[in-house]
Amino acid sequence: MTSTVVTERSDDHRRGDSADPDLVGGTRNGPPVLSRGAVLTTRVVGVAAVVGVAFTVWLGLWVTPPDKVQGNLVRLVYIHPGVAWVALYLAFGLAAVASLLYLWPRTRSLFWDRLAAAAVEVGVVFNVCTLISGSIWGRPTWGVWWAWDARLTSTAALLVLFLGYMALRRVPAEPEVRAKRSAFAALFAALDVPIVHFSVVWWKTLHQGATVLNANLSPTIHGSMAWTLLLGFVALTLVFVWMLLVRYRIGVLEDWVGSGELDLALRERQAEGIAPPVAPADVQPAPPAPAETPAGREAPREIAEVSQ
Amino acid sequence: MWRDAALVAGKDLRIEARSKVALSQVAPFGVVALGLFAFALGPDRAPMVSGAPGLFWVAVLFSTVLAIQRSVSVESADGARDGLRLSGLDPAGLFLGKALAVAAQLVVLELVLTVGVVLLYGAAVKTVWLIAVACLLGTVGLAAAGTLYGALSAGIRVRETLLPFLLLPVVTPILLAGTRIWQAGLAGGTPSDATPWLHLLLAFDAVYLAVGVVVYGPIQEAT
Repeated sequence: MTSTVVTERSDDHRRGDSADPDLVGGTRNGPPVLSRGAVLTTRVVGVAAVVGVAFTVWLGLWVTPPDKVQGNLVRLVYIHPGVAWVALYLAFGLAAVASLLYLWPRTRSLFWDRLAAAAVEVGVVFNVCTLISGSIWGRPTWGVWWAWDARLTSTAALLVLFLGYMALRRVPAEPEVRAKRSAFAALFAALDVPIVHFSVVWWKTLHQGATVLNANLSPTIHGSMAWTLLLGFVALTLVFVWMLLVRYRIGVLEDWVGSGELDLALRERQAEGIAPPVAPADVQPAPPAPAETPAGREAPREIAEVSQ
Repeated sequence: MWRDAALVAGKDLRIEARSKVALSQVAPFGVVALGLFAFALGPDRAPMVSGAPGLFWVAVLFSTVLAIQRSVSVESADGARDGLRLSGLDPAGLFLGKALAVAAQLVVLELVLTVGVVLLYGAAVKTVWLIAVACLLGTVGLAAAGTLYGALSAGIRVRETLLPFLLLPVVTPILLAGTRIWQAGLAGGTPSDATPWLHLLLAFDAVYLAVGVVVYGPIQEAT
């Protein structure tokens, strides 16, 4: 996906991301390009994620035995807690920390802003997956698709907070303004999370307690099931990291396209003004070289398609 | 800081005293919401009485959104926001002042709604002080969090639609806690029933007041 984007070049003045160690160029030499190390990392993580998920599926569906009480339903346990771990702790924690680092003047960099944005967006996907997989488990077990239990409710509340953050991000603004706003929103939401959590725990609870990370740190399941569960955690974490890397990259390209849009529109208007159909003698000398224009027009359009 | 807060709160309340937007639009909206809830729950008294605490707080939450919108829009015309920033007032004082003005209006609104709940739903208040404390603590939290989010969305054109979506999920704990304390208050429960919820409200208030005092200045610069 990314390789098709970086081959296109255009020569206008675009603001790139000089703060980012993994990106080269992006100023006037065309879109920011990933360094080889970054490309390699993304690929390795992606392949590892695919392999991990494949193994989890194989172990979870064929190797492990059905549970005595829950039967085949127990197989959801290899996915659901892992997805929830990513959504509730990893993604949101990363978004909160990255937002704080953005707000802290000494570490202020658009890198943290984009990282937070990527973490939130991927976190939303995982959060929805948590709710769906939990719902699939809840229907046969509890007899309802949705129960107003503490964990479900706080997971849903977290989703809504995440979605609010994304809505705020969608408001058009300069990258720095948007970054500050979003970071504050993430901070306020993060502060709210423990309060929301306690309030819904006190409100009602009937969800089963933590299985792996219980008070004694001794898992209450064992054998192949425990290993599959653990592998599921690792595989889903890898999936998260891979999605995070790709989303981050798209964020950089989005900002690059956004910052170049006005330049591009101006040049297109200029190009119309000097087009041959009207008497060429009256026209001012053309500022941009004619050969550049088509390339300049094409490149961002393609990026825009990729980034959507 | 406190002097600045009093100045700003006085300004906002004076604007309200002259324009009467909260009195003639926000408070009536709250009463209309109470009426709608009554229609939704049917003419029987029982569901209305049992739902009264929650319905009261939902009405308060919705009205809060309107009050915050108003509090922000007061500053949005004629470059008033820039004027405030140029005035040299302490941002912390500004935050406290804006929040105080909203809180004052919300207290009046809650009085109106309490009377409405008692009269329209037939709910009987048994432990008055519990209900009063819940309202006060809830109001402080709503005003603080609301003012923060109001400032965050101040420069945004889609503020009217964005603010409720951002604010309402954040203040859900106030709805939960307020409702539970009200339930205890209406049932004549002992204070111990409500203690954890009162602590929760206190924590919410403390967190958002503290954050507001610290970050209101940077937020103003950001938007």
